[in-house]
Amino acid sequence: MGVGSFFTSKLDEAIGWARKYSIFQYPFVTACCGMEYMATSCSHYDVDRFGAGLPRFSPRQADVLFVVGTISHKMAPVLKRIYEQMTEPKWVVAFGVCTCTGGFYDNYATVQGIDTIIPVDVYIPGCPPRPESVIDGLMKLQEKIAVGVQRY
Amino acid sequence: MDGGAILERLRARLGSSVIETHAQHGDHTAVVDRAALPAALTFCHDDDDLGFDVLMDLTAVDYQKYPGREDGPRFEVVYHLYSLRGNHRVRIKVRVDEDDAVVPTAVPLWPIADWFEREVWDMFGVRFEGHPNLRRLLMYEEFVGHPLRKDYPINRRQPLIGPRI
Repeated sequence: MGVGSFFTSKLDEAIGWARKYSIFQYPFVTACCGMEYMATSCSHYDVDRFGAGLPRFSPRQADVLFVVGTISHKMAPVLKRIYEQMTEPKWVVAFGVCTCTGGFYDNYATVQGIDTIIPVDVYIPGCPPRPESVIDGLMKLQEKIAVGVQRY
Repeated sequence: MDGGAILERLRARLGSSVIETHAQHGDHTAVVDRAALPAALTFCHDDDDLGFDVLMDLTAVDYQKYPGREDGPRFEVVYHLYSLRGNHRVRIKVRVDEDDAVVPTAVPLWPIADWFEREVWDMFGVRFEGHPNLRRLLMYEEFVGHPLRKDYPINRRQPLIGPRI
């Protein structure tokens, strides 16, 4: 291994380490999972410990798209537009069963999993997921960010 | 005003246009002929004793697969009326066939009927004659069919984007 590649890989590691502790999330909250998202964000569970404490309400300033809640077919183009507006590198978290698979909304109106529209990095199942599982999902996402795995 | 008295008043005014009446658990219902529906609703709204100033709900029922009602009129449009002054209620129903699923609008009487009727059009495909803006309310314009009809396939998906399922 040459000196050059040594520095590049170390630099990537350093960037990955920095990125995983500076997650600016965009919460795309459409349903009841938002309550659990708020509980996770606030001081009891405190996602600021993971550097994810500052939600940005503009997709252009966000790294991670949190899709929180049921997505209907009518909402799907909006979600896709939001995802496309985010700058790279970007990650997507599917929060709750409705975003993972459609959940129990097996009907004419609901998207059966947001991965039919946009790529998803971490799935957090639950109806709604407990803050513990959200934090678990966030840590799994941090592992992916640290090694530079992206799906866009 | 007592529920029985309300039905009695409706019957006295509309005569044979009131097809049937019944009361269950204190809720009184009158099924009226479609031709007499505007007269019935106007009477309910304008009459001093009835004074139904609130349209609580306007919805529809699809009786296509209902036991005993398979060959009868397919849809029933249901009006739930409430009077703030008298604190009494009545339910008005009107039956319509599938081929001729048209009901006169109630928007001039109760402006709230605007969105209710759009919802019924969206979900059941019952049209409201004279409605100022009869577009879909909940589903998107590209949606084909009416999802709360009993013959709408439960697994049919019409995604706007993404893979067809």
